[in-house]
Amino acid sequence: MAVSRFARSTAASWVASPAFLILVFAGAGRAGAGPTPPAAKPAEDQKDPKKDEKKDEAPKKPEAAPPARANMHFVEGLGEIELPLPPLTDGIFPCTQCHEKGAPFDHSRRELNFHDEIKLEHDAEHRWCLDCHNAEDRDKLHLASGQTIEFTESYKLCGQCHGDKYRDWRAGVHGRRSGYWDGPKKYLLCVNCHWPHAPHFKPLKPEPPPRRPEENK
Amino acid sequence: MSARRHLPVIGSDGGAGADDASGAPLPGETPAAARSRRQFLRSAMGGVAAATLAGCGSFDLDDLFRKHFTELPPEEVKKLLARLEREYTAKFGKEVKVANTAAKPGVQFGYGLDLSRCIGCRRCVYACVRENNQSRDPQIQWIRVLEMEKEKGIDTAESNQYYDAAEVPRPGHFYMPVACHQCRNPPCVKTCPVRATWQEPDGIVVVDYNRCVGCRCCMAACPYGARHFNWGEPHLPPADLNPNTHYLGNRPRPKGVVEKCTWCIQRTRVGRYPACVEICPVGARKFGNLLDPESEIRYIMEHKRVFIFKEELNTQPKFYYFYAT
Ligand code: SF4
Ligand code: SF4
Repeated sequence: MAVSRFARSTAASWVASPAFLILVFAGAGRAGAGPTPPAAKPAEDQKDPKKDEKKDEAPKKPEAAPPARANMHFVEGLGEIELPLPPLTDGIFPCTQCHEKGAPFDHSRRELNFHDEIKLEHDAEHRWCLDCHNAEDRDKLHLASGQTIEFTESYKLCGQCHGDKYRDWRAGVHGRRSGYWDGPKKYLLCVNCHWPHAPHFKPLKPEPPPRRPEENK
Repeated sequence: MSARRHLPVIGSDGGAGADDASGAPLPGETPAAARSRRQFLRSAMGGVAAATLAGCGSFDLDDLFRKHFTELPPEEVKKLLARLEREYTAKFGKEVKVANTAAKPGVQFGYGLDLSRCIGCRRCVYACVRENNQSRDPQIQWIRVLEMEKEKGIDTAESNQYYDAAEVPRPGHFYMPVACHQCRNPPCVKTCPVRATWQEPDGIVVVDYNRCVGCRCCMAACPYGARHFNWGEPHLPPADLNPNTHYLGNRPRPKGVVEKCTWCIQRTRVGRYPACVEICPVGARKFGNLLDPESEIRYIMEHKRVFIFKEELNTQPKFYYFYAT
């Protein structure tokens, strides 16, 4: 499992991957930072859509005090659009609560003794945490180019590998949209439906079948 | 035996009550208009007009001789909508709005459904029921989700709409939701003897429940099983009523009329997406203006593998199935 996966050399895979590994390794920035450890619960990747009958579900958990700040982005080909906030696990963000900025870190691929709820199922053989998470500043992600980006614009990171989906998403064809067909639309981030560490869409319990004619009196 | 069995995989809403629909006056119906018209035609045919008319409660001559809805002068429309709002508000004990928002010029609606994504969860079915005030009992559902085997491909004869499972998608299966295809060449419209159903300028095929006589010719004509008949008095708990309605769409229906998907006319005419588009957890459902080159639906038609269902019948649907991957 994790050991063997992470034991492989990382050099070759030090390129961006679509995963946003919320993973951080245990040793590095944790020393000295003494707040209570964040609740280590797996992020809920797909809530039952029944719960969001109210269609455009708001971001699930804005951290701490939720100011009603819109997550506005200029997306190429789309212009300014509003995106929800990423569904970060409660209490885990900002990561610099534990991982001090600029603290020394270990680049090697290894088993972690924290964030153990994360079982990487996203091309695990070739990817690991720091392909997506930025080591120097853990509150950020980074692209293959090294450019750091915010968690709120993670679609850019996904789009590096999944270019076809990124294109379709911008065209409104991949992923759910709500709002107005001839006006402002609401988008979702990739991570609102696909938990980045195991992105395959999980099966759902179907709603009840229709009644048969003989039962429908 | 009846027309309703035309497409066996879909036409299943309530075989009950076929007998009630045949002759006797329909008790306690609203709106009165529909009743009057149906009563009149039925009794006229049976040659016992006087006797049956006597059985009607609030007989309204205006309704009987009213012009076709599309030819009604604006003041008459206003009066009619106000009357219906009063009736529904009284019946459901909460304020109901009946709009008549017109089609926007330069709009032809089109719908896309991604068969490579749909997982058969039926969220769309129930979102539609809630949004469009379908009868809960007897149960009417405008969307049918057909489960099919990957091995066999699209084969309606082998499909199953009654599947139940702890989890979907079930291995080896795919899912094909079917509702009204808003045909450009709609056989349902051609067959209606009283012009109670027609195609609007933006392409939505609508039914005037005040004009429908319940003959069900359109159901026989529709090759997609998209039309549903109110065999019994529709039951809709007031708490579940969606009070934002459109005359040609989701306003409450009486017993004895046909209804169908209108692409959420009450939402899409004001620019919103249909309810099924917004609920679908996998984003399989797409909607937009076919005349707008920038629309999602045009992108799909230009870049994806697209097909229409039962193309050989020349119904020319505006509902496109596609494969995004
Ligand atoms: S809600 Fe979407 S995935 Fe579920 S059955 Fe309907 S179209 Fe398919
Ligand atoms: S799908 Fe059926 S009900 Fe809808 S327009 Fe075509 S023939 Fe008419």
